[in-house]
Amino acid sequence: MTSASSMESIFQKNAGLTERNYLGLSDCSSVDSSAVSGISDVKRNNLNLKATELRLGLPGSQSPERDPDADLASSESLDEKPLFPLLPSKDGICSGSQKIFVSGNKRGFSDTIDEGKWMFGSSGTDSDTSNVNVKISPGAQPAMIKDATSKVAPQEKTHATFGTNLNKVNASNPPAAKAQVVGWPPVRSFRKNILATNSKTNDEVDGKPGPGALFVKVSMDGAPYLRKVDLRSYTTYQQLSSALEKMFSCFTLGQCGSQGAPGRESLSESKLRDLLHGSEYVLTYEDKDGDWMLVGDVPWDMFIGSCKRLKIMKGSDAIGLAPRAMEKSKNRN
Amino acid sequence: MVDRVDSAGEWTQSSRFPDEVLERVLALIDSHKDRSSVSLVCKDWYNAERWSRRHVFIGNCYSVSPEIVAARFPRIRSVTLKGKPRFSDFNLVPEDWGADVQPWLSAFSTAYPFLEELRLKRMAVSDESLEFLATKFHGFKALSLLSCDGFSTDGLKAIATHCKKLTELDIQENGIDDLGGHWLSCFPESLTSLEILNFASLNSEVSFDALEKLVARCKSLRVLKVNRNISLDQLQKLLSHCPQLTELGTGTFMQELISGPVAEFKNMFSNCRNLITLSGLWDATPFYLPVIYPACASLTFLNLSYATLRSDELANLLSHCKTLRRLWLLDTVGDKGLEAVGSCCPLLEELRVFPADPFDQEILLGVTESGFVSVSRGCPKLRYVLYFCRQMTNAAVATIARNCPDFTHFRLCIMNPGQPDYLTKEPMDEAFGAIVKTCTKLQRLAISGLLTDRTFEYIGKYAKNLETLSVAFAGSSDLGMEYVLQGCQKLRKLEIRDCPFGNAALLSGLTKYESMRSLWMSACNVTMNACRVLAKERPRLNVEVMRDEEGGDDSQAHKVYVYRTVAGPRRDAPPFVLTL
Repeated sequence: MTSASSMESIFQKNAGLTERNYLGLSDCSSVDSSAVSGISDVKRNNLNLKATELRLGLPGSQSPERDPDADLASSESLDEKPLFPLLPSKDGICSGSQKIFVSGNKRGFSDTIDEGKWMFGSSGTDSDTSNVNVKISPGAQPAMIKDATSKVAPQEKTHATFGTNLNKVNASNPPAAKAQVVGWPPVRSFRKNILATNSKTNDEVDGKPGPGALFVKVSMDGAPYLRKVDLRSYTTYQQLSSALEKMFSCFTLGQCGSQGAPGRESLSESKLRDLLHGSEYVLTYEDKDGDWMLVGDVPWDMFIGSCKRLKIMKGSDAIGLAPRAMEKSKNRN
Repeated sequence: MVDRVDSAGEWTQSSRFPDEVLERVLALIDSHKDRSSVSLVCKDWYNAERWSRRHVFIGNCYSVSPEIVAARFPRIRSVTLKGKPRFSDFNLVPEDWGADVQPWLSAFSTAYPFLEELRLKRMAVSDESLEFLATKFHGFKALSLLSCDGFSTDGLKAIATHCKKLTELDIQENGIDDLGGHWLSCFPESLTSLEILNFASLNSEVSFDALEKLVARCKSLRVLKVNRNISLDQLQKLLSHCPQLTELGTGTFMQELISGPVAEFKNMFSNCRNLITLSGLWDATPFYLPVIYPACASLTFLNLSYATLRSDELANLLSHCKTLRRLWLLDTVGDKGLEAVGSCCPLLEELRVFPADPFDQEILLGVTESGFVSVSRGCPKLRYVLYFCRQMTNAAVATIARNCPDFTHFRLCIMNPGQPDYLTKEPMDEAFGAIVKTCTKLQRLAISGLLTDRTFEYIGKYAKNLETLSVAFAGSSDLGMEYVLQGCQKLRKLEIRDCPFGNAALLSGLTKYESMRSLWMSACNVTMNACRVLAKERPRLNVEVMRDEEGGDDSQAHKVYVYRTVAGPRRDAPPFVLTL
């Protein structure tokens, strides 16, 4: 198990703004926690980029003084809204003059904070919240759960209740913490799930996915935001591929023009696919082990069982993925 | 009626203005603020006003009792009632807090049997209450429910079934149990009076057949907002029946299976010459958006807050919408999209930019200060802004204030609590200072970011027209709150959370709270004793403290809600609400 700080160092290095941080994030060498203070310095310097850098603070990941058992016991409440953290009506604690906010978000397992408090807004403080948690799609097995207090991690790996928890890797921990606060930002609940789905189904709008919905994020190099798709709403790679093409068509086909195309031919599937497959972009996914693989190599069912996120990469970046995929399927078979 | 000046130089009336005439004149006055002023002139005017009033607005349902209202105003036809404190929208108020509409309905059933309109905001409404409303008020016409909770679609069934003269059913953003779409089929064939139908926020599918027939037979329908389950081709059919619509909320704006080319839908809007408001547009993609272009020329309000558009998609769309006054967006459009807003919409008065994924820190950027500045450059008439962003600078806000001095509502939410100016690392005090100094008409302000007492000093000193202030994670000491309470003469609503304001601050407003509608303070440094002092000194205020469910320090008052009332302490307070 790797420690949190090593993850942070990786992210600090790649404190850029693109999704490429994800590549190779799976296995990092261990760095012991004495390096944490050094990282805090780096973080201080990176405050400038804080607002624009890619961060993966788990909503609720920085709640201090949380009893691990309490969290475990209350993890069920996350079942209702696996995609978005709950804002429980309890637990908004303010301690004194410091604006310290405990998240009431009931995460699946304990957060791991080196120091027991964290503060907002003040630059240069060492409130280090070095959590490392890994994103798990609902319904999938919690494949990879890393935790700075690694003793907790092995138990958590087997907890079925965490299947519906979302845990993300905490990229960097600026003092203005990324923690979830009750009722903040002040967005009404019906607005929380705008990105929950693109498809027209009854059960997703209020955040309660239907049985077996499997949402994964889809990102694309150069696209300003992510989309989410329900893998279970497709049964073949073909369907997934055309859906993604439609979703991201503007990104790949700036010149094709989307204004009132007369017939459907101008955005025909084949033409899109050609462009997509014309070595410009490839579709990759991150599997349970954290490896990035090319989509399409394994049977569909195996794919949705192990896919945690999708990424539309430039062809040039995908070089080197193929051999790994081959090896993996060899190992599996 | 003759006025004469007598020997002392005083005006006298030689004959009185007949009450009926006065009532007739006063009947023309709609604004409830004006009516309040009228009622204070003299006893005659008070009486004339109360007899001529048809609509009563109650901003806090606990500030007055139904009996008092019924006694004073005998001829009410329309009631607007607001209940819970605004922070209940963000889960800061426990369930079962109160604001039940039933006591009001019970009183009204005897006092106002001819009640026609009821508009509720943040009230607790049960299905039984809706059934009561539907069956006891025979001429009932218009129901609007915004941010209410406690009812299900069964309650809507009752409304649809029994209200024979229904003209308006407007259901927005409520915590509702959606048990299915059958309620819509309960409208009888004989119901043809519907003018406003909004069920956009309901999730279940309604019977399209029933909906189509309903729309076809209601010739006066002018507002139709359907939910996401209505497909594009279904929408097309609906529009063919009601080209006279002025406000439309579409369903999903994407077809999974393209059954025909886009050309099929191209003419969908060409007959809608009267559209001024367009919303819905879920899942809108550039493939289908052009369908709405023919309707854009007349639009004044475009709500794209459910459509995850990119900057270029938005730009293409806005190039057709030159007359927009109000625009709601998701931050997926990015700064570039906001540039397009600045260049395409010179008449814009209101902009709201919502975060597409407010809790997900993986989403890049959203919008920043530069998008806001672009809009301010191109839209000098901006009055109302709600802006969610992840970074801001003092300089940018100062520029924005200079460009748009007419702000009446400025709500800026820097989503990371206590975040400083990301370039200078300084607090955001000067930003809000610039706003209050420049925008003298400011009525509503919501502040965020790292803020010291300086901000509040500015607000108290300059924001003389401020009526509503929302504060979170801000301030350094009691002085902050004191500045505001002393300086903002017109303050009516003050809501504060997670600030270091304590007892001195709370008590500094002792003489002020009766001139306000309400004060909310949560997660601050106020103790029970201070609340008791306040309650004792000001018997005409209700000082309510909500107990923290997790126990904890009993001397700390975690959530305090103070409001003026003529109705005395609440009689329906749940166990966790202590009225001191």
